[in-house]
This record gives sequence, structure tokens and C-alpha cells, in this order.
Amino acid sequence: MAKRIDVNDLNVYYSKFLAVEGVSINIEPKSVTAFIGPSGCGKSTFLRTLNRMHEVIPGGRVEGQVLLDGDDLYGAGVDPVTVRSQIGMVFQRPNPFPTMSIKDNVLAGVKLNGKKISKSDADALVEKSLRGANLWNEVKDRLDKPGSGLSGGQQQRLCIARTIAVKPDVILMDEPCSALDPISTLAIEDLINELKNDYTVVIVTHNMQQAARVSDKTAFFNIAGTGKPGKLIEYNDTAAIFSNPEQKATEDYVSGRFG
Amino acid sequence: MTTNALTSKSSTSGRAGDKVFSGAALAAGVLILITLFAVAVFLLIQALPTFLADPAEISGGEGFFAYIWPIVIGTVIAAAIALLIATPIGIGVALFISHFAPRKVAGPLGYLIDLLAAIPSVIYGAWGYMVLAPALVPGYEWLAKNLGFIPLFEGPASQTGKTMLTAGIVLAVMVLPIITSLSREIFLQTPKLHEEAALALGATRWEMITTAVIPFARPGIISAVMLGLGRALGETMAVALVLSTGNLIPSLIKTGNQTIAAEIALNFPEAFGLRLAELIAAGLVLFLITLVVNMIARGIIARHKEFSGAN
Amino acid sequence: MSTMTTNQNSTSGNLTPPVRKRNSLAKGKLPKWAIWAIAAGSIIIGAAASTLTGFNVASFAIYSAIIFLVAASVITTVAEGKRRGKNAMWTYLIYAAFIVAVIPLVSVLYTVLEKGMPGMNSHFLFSSMNGVTGAVDNETVANGTPVVGGAYHAVMGTLLITLWATLISVPVGMLTAVYLVEYGQGKALSKAITFFVDVMTGIPSIVAGLFAAAFFGMILGPNARMGIVAAVALSVLMIPTVVRSTEEMLKIVPNELREASYALGVRRWRTILKVVIPTAISGIASGVTLAIARVIGETAPILVTAGIASNINLNVFANWMSTLPTFIYYQILTPTSPTNIDPSVQRAWAAALLLILMVMALNLLARLVASIFAPKKGR
Repeated sequence: MAKRIDVNDLNVYYSKFLAVEGVSINIEPKSVTAFIGPSGCGKSTFLRTLNRMHEVIPGGRVEGQVLLDGDDLYGAGVDPVTVRSQIGMVFQRPNPFPTMSIKDNVLAGVKLNGKKISKSDADALVEKSLRGANLWNEVKDRLDKPGSGLSGGQQQRLCIARTIAVKPDVILMDEPCSALDPISTLAIEDLINELKNDYTVVIVTHNMQQAARVSDKTAFFNIAGTGKPGKLIEYNDTAAIFSNPEQKATEDYVSGRFG
Repeated sequence: MTTNALTSKSSTSGRAGDKVFSGAALAAGVLILITLFAVAVFLLIQALPTFLADPAEISGGEGFFAYIWPIVIGTVIAAAIALLIATPIGIGVALFISHFAPRKVAGPLGYLIDLLAAIPSVIYGAWGYMVLAPALVPGYEWLAKNLGFIPLFEGPASQTGKTMLTAGIVLAVMVLPIITSLSREIFLQTPKLHEEAALALGATRWEMITTAVIPFARPGIISAVMLGLGRALGETMAVALVLSTGNLIPSLIKTGNQTIAAEIALNFPEAFGLRLAELIAAGLVLFLITLVVNMIARGIIARHKEFSGAN
Repeated sequence: MSTMTTNQNSTSGNLTPPVRKRNSLAKGKLPKWAIWAIAAGSIIIGAAASTLTGFNVASFAIYSAIIFLVAASVITTVAEGKRRGKNAMWTYLIYAAFIVAVIPLVSVLYTVLEKGMPGMNSHFLFSSMNGVTGAVDNETVANGTPVVGGAYHAVMGTLLITLWATLISVPVGMLTAVYLVEYGQGKALSKAITFFVDVMTGIPSIVAGLFAAAFFGMILGPNARMGIVAAVALSVLMIPTVVRSTEEMLKIVPNELREASYALGVRRWRTILKVVIPTAISGIASGVTLAIARVIGETAPILVTAGIASNINLNVFANWMSTLPTFIYYQILTPTSPTNIDPSVQRAWAAALLLILMVMALNLLARLVASIFAPKKGR
């Protein structure tokens, strides 16, 4: 559980277009790392390369290394499916499967892969995952109801429970609160704080207060102009980034002068 | 880099599943292409004897062109009558449902029109044969008496009513639901803002329709009519049942004329040898005609999509 | 809200007692009864004009309608102005178009019901035309006994041929749609497939029949007519419909669901089979049902591929077969007894009624299926 990620000089392309250039970063296990930066700076694209989700978009490819506890995600013979089952992802908008009940949504990672699981194990996994996502008490009486009937914040926690149920080492979150109201956001932020006891968490956020609240370390990405690749500008302890940044661009961004 | 823990865990069976499934999907797509290609080749081969044979052996004794020409014209005439009748009425009904009828009736009416589009053509044909044709006889007699000087209505009128005009009317009834349901959909897509802008300027309902609805829907109407035309050209049963066939003649109210589709349906069951080849060649001609019509319709739809501005 | 407004209205009503006077906004408008008066007048004049030329219902209706159209437009123009007159004329024309369209369509449905009901009985449904000859029909008419012979063989033929067509079309059509949406995005091959599926959509049904007949004719020799050839012909008509509707439905499945599944480490084929298709299944199923409804009534392709039979043949791989549409066609065009056509006509209309009921049932089923399988939204 909870592995470290080391990225060495990574370039991300969409067909011929260089979207992100020369990123090297070391992400510690059992910590929360936040990626911040203006729109279009490549932070979400970079996040997707950490579990090879960028390959879903036609033409997406990378150069460089991403190491999960020393194993290269892009090494020869590595199956993206294996990578994704060890590095989970939560998306911007809550996306529970509309055809499945709450319980089946939690078990989706197991069932969709065709693995056999006994009923008692399944029930135990559902309860553990939903408790892990702080959702158990709210839904335990309606596990067989459709997941789409929950509120937005509950749906997002259901998606987190679904991710936990696969027992990943790392959880990536792509602006998980941007579609939620403040109270639901608070619930997710509390949850992120608990998740770092067991997992390595990486979160992309537009909200600098959120980065300051939840993360241990923060990476600031920026883009020189339209059509230019995104770059990692500065990576440091969150406190340092927000109070004493080394780069002028970082200071301008966190102080709200642009972005 | 000695061992990569990520490679060892990958299951080969899962990867095979991906390959099999994407392979099956690809195969299905390719199968369609191969089938169409093979079938086109087979049709051409089977039609070939028609073009190689001595013109005297072809039905009519003057070669394939002389044989096919009158029934191509007949096909076009029948389709033209159908569209002349069905287009204005179809658009009128579509406007009625989209802009005139009360909301409560509009939904069920739209559904009813869709249902009518699903009625099998043989039933329209049977209706034309048994109900419409006899009912039209007095009308044809009147036409022959009063407008007989026009070649189109030259008498003596058919006493069974099984004429080109009847076939055209039956085709119109069949094409009507198609034109209506396609244009209704386009009318309903008219931006509400345009309509409200027109009404806010004090336009009457009809002015609103001519200034906001029709310009927006024009390409859609044209393609609906073209699709209706494609259907009318290729329709077999209605004509085979309703028309009492014969040589190409100008009068629409006398026995005579023929269409390609009906020619095939009426003669194929007993055809063999060269006659079979002839009918298959006629089928190819019909296919080419409908293909061109449908391509034009699709071209219009495609251009419309680019300019509609709706994403 | 509503109670407040009523209160205000009543108080203001108390202050200024209501005076009946003409609203200035309603100035220059015909009163509502005027149009009914014009209608009544038109009917009377129409009846008179029709009587002059020998009264019948058709001319009465046509004369009245024309008189009403002209009178109403002219009177509105005079009373309310040119623009409103034009508006009135087109409004009545559109109503007229609707009425003109409804007449034949209602007539078709009424005819099928009226002529089909007498022949619709269990004997018709469960016996074939085997052994029913012109002599049998002549005797029936002479003795006034119930019509012998039914459409059981044609019903079974219709069901079997349609079943086989569905078995061929649904896998091929669905897999092709999956290829187009999930694998082939932007590839030249998928553009070619899309183009040729479009071409297939426009194939006249008789040509589809010739396709299949020519295809099997080359393989099995000329006059290879049997159920499976007809099923292939119907598949040519059905596949494009299935591809189109499945494609539309797969396209509207949000990409987020696919990504959610991939992010859980689920393989692509399992994602498609267990997430994408189940999400779209309501639309796909209703599209397939509509495609079946479309081909079940096809006549022309059956004529040239399956021939005609009067006995029960449940084997689609050998011998000729009848279907309901070809049964109707031949009973009308070549009655069993050329001298006494009534029994044949009765059988044809009963078969037509049966066929319409099947098509309607399939259409209703499609609606039902769409609502039953739709993703649950319960709270």
C-alpha cells in the first residue's frame, strides 16, 4: 500500500503537439500532493500520464520515465490495465455507473473484470470501501438503489469508494470538487486528509485555498503562451509555495495576480 | 532495471479478450464492405448476358436500352406525381403538428404519423387496389370529359381505376408520413429565439413561419423530400398491385405505363435465363437512380449540418 | 403567489367597478363567432353548388372547403387588413392539408379493420392453405359455408424469416457500430463503412431481394429460393438501421463512464460489454425492434427470394416459403379461385389486419423497451 512515484524528464504529446515538457518530480508515499496552475497548463494532462489514462485519447503518448516504487509504468510489456488497477483515479464530475446500484458501483472494479467474489467477501468489501469514503452511514440502508440517485457530493464519495475497492497504491484526483457545493467539498477534503494515512494522493485543483488546506506538497505548473507546452515551474512544501515561493511566476499566481 | 513488478501481474487472457473483441468488431465492419462488394459483382455478372445478347432477343426486340427506357420514365412519372401531392401536404401537416396544433394533441399526432410510416407497403397497395382505384373512376371520367384535351387526361378513362395517377396517389399516401415526420423534426429544431424575435416584432404566425422557421428548415425540407423521392422510386408493391401495366403513354388515367420495381416483382417469379438477366440489369438501373437521389439528399444534409451552427 | 394576485385583483376591482367596454387592443378584430358563421355559410353554399352538378359527398366537401377558404381569407383581409388576411389564409390551408392527409390514412386503417375482422378467427390463424384449391373456394361460396384455409404457414414463414434476419443483422450491425464508435474513430476504414452503410440505407427493397437472389444464385445455382435467402435479403435492409441506431446510442454514452471504467483497471472489451452497451441498451433495443417492424412487412424481397408456398414449411434452409406480405399479395393478385374471389379477398384482409397488428405491437414494444431499460433515476 502507498507507493512513491518518481517522474524523470517526462514529455507528453497529443499526436505531434507537445502538451507537457520536461517534468521531473518525486511524490512521497502517504502524502497529499497538489498540482496547481492556470487553465490549460497541462496539470490534468500530466496527472493522466501517472496512470496512463492519457492513452484513452487518440494520439496521446509520452517520452521519459514514470516509476512506481522503481517499476517503470512505460516499461516494455507493461499492461496499462495493470497500471490503472494500482493507480486509481477520481474525475472532475462524479460519474457513477447509471445502470448499477450503489453496491454494484463499489464492486465495479472487481465485477467488471470478471473476478469471482463470494457474497460475504463482497459485502465486507462494500462496507469497508464505503466506510473508507465516509459514505457508509448515509447509504447503508439503500445499497440496492441506483447510484445516480445520490447527491453530487455523495456520488463523488461513491466514486472514491469505488476507487478504494480496487485496493490501489495511489489515488489521483482530477479537480474532484469543482462540480460540488461548499459543504460537499468540505466532506471530500476531510476524506482526503484521512486517505493519506493509507494511500499516496495526488490532486489537481483550481482552488488555491483547497491546495493550501489539504496538501503536504504543491507543484505549480505554468504555460508560456497558447500552443506552448506546459512546464513544472516549482515544486516544494505547500507552506513554502504559498508563503515564500522561489519563482516570480509562482508568487504572481498564488497572490492572485494572474490565472 | 532487473524485474518490473508491473509486467508480471498482467494477465495474458485479458489481453486476448481485448484482441478477440476488437477483431470481431472490425470483422463485422469489413463483412459489410465485402458483402456489398461481392453482391455488386454477382449482380453485374448475372446482368451481363443482357448487354452481350443479340438486341433482338431482349424483350421488345430492340435491345436493353429500348426495353429499360420506358419503364425508367414510368418510374420517374409515378414518383413525380407522388411528390407533387405529398410535398405540400406533408409540409403542411408537419407545420400543423409543430406550430398549430395544441400541445396536448401534437405529441400523439407525431407518434401516429410515425406509426403510419411503419404500415407495410403491401397494405397500402391492397388499399389502393380495392378501395382507392374504384373510388377514383368517376373522377377520372370527369377529367376525361372536361380536361381530355390535355394529353395527361386523355380518355377514355380506365374503368377499373388502375392507372398511373392512382399509383402516384397511393405512393403519395405512403411517402407523406416520411416527409411529415422528417420535416416536423426540423421545424421543432428551429431556434425558439428566432421565433420569439419575429413574434416580438409584431409578426403574425404565418409571417413568423416564413421569416424564422422556413429559412432555417429549408435544407432539411429538401432532404426530407429527396428521401421521400428515393422511397417512391424504389417502391414496388403499391405499383405492382395498383397499376394495370402497359406501354408508355402520356395519359395518366388510362391503363398503361410501368415502373422498374413493379416490372421486376411481377416478372421475376417466372423468369429464367436471359429474362432473369434483364430483370437484374433493370434492378441495377433502379439502384443507380436511387443511389444518386440519396447521395444528393445526404449532400444537402451534410452541408446543412455545417451551416446550422448547432453543435 | 397566485393567491396574492387574486387578492390584488379583487381589491382593485372594488375600487374601480368593472365596466364592459371594448378593449382598445381588440380593435379591428373579427369577433370569434364570425368564423363559424362563415363556415356555416360555406357549407350551405357548397351543398347547393354540389346539388347543381349532381350531389355527392366528395364534391360537397370540396366545394364547401374552397368556398370557406376564399370567403374566410377575403373577409379577414377586409376586416383586419392584408397581413392578417394572409395569415388566416395560410392557417386554413395548413388545417386543410392536415385534414386531406388524415382522410386516406384513416381510410387505410378503417378498411383493414372492417374487411379484416370477418376473416379473423382461430381457423384462419391455425391452418394453412394446403389443399385449398379454387374448387374448395367455389364450393364455399356456393354453399355459403365459412371460408376454408388460413395464414398459419405464412405467419410461421414471416416469424422464421424475420427471426433469421434478426439473428444475422443484430450481431453484425451492433459489432459494426461498436467498431465505428469505439475503435475506428477517424480511421479511413470507418469512413468507408459509414459511407457504404449510408448507401445500404437507400437500397430499394426489391434490389435488396435481387442482391440476395443473385448471391445465392451464383453459389447454389439459379432458382435457389428458400427462407434463408429471404432472411439475407431482409438483413441487407435491416443492418444499416441497426448500425445507425446503435451508433447513435453508443455516441451519447458519456465518455466519463468509459474513463471511470478504464481508471478502475477494466479492459476495453469488458468496458464496452458491461458499461457502455448496458448504458445504451434501451435505445439499442428499441432501435432493433423498429428495424424488425420495418422488415417484417417487406414483400418485394420475399417475392424474389423465398417464392410462394401454400403448405407449412418450418425449414428455412430448404424449399419455398410464404410470408404474410406475400400471402396478401398473391391472394389479391391471383385469387385461389378466379371466378369466386371473395374467399381470397377475405383471407388477404385478415392477413393484412394480422400484419398491421404485428407491426403496431412491435412499435409499441419499442417504446416500452425504451422506457423499461432506461437507466434508473430513482431517488
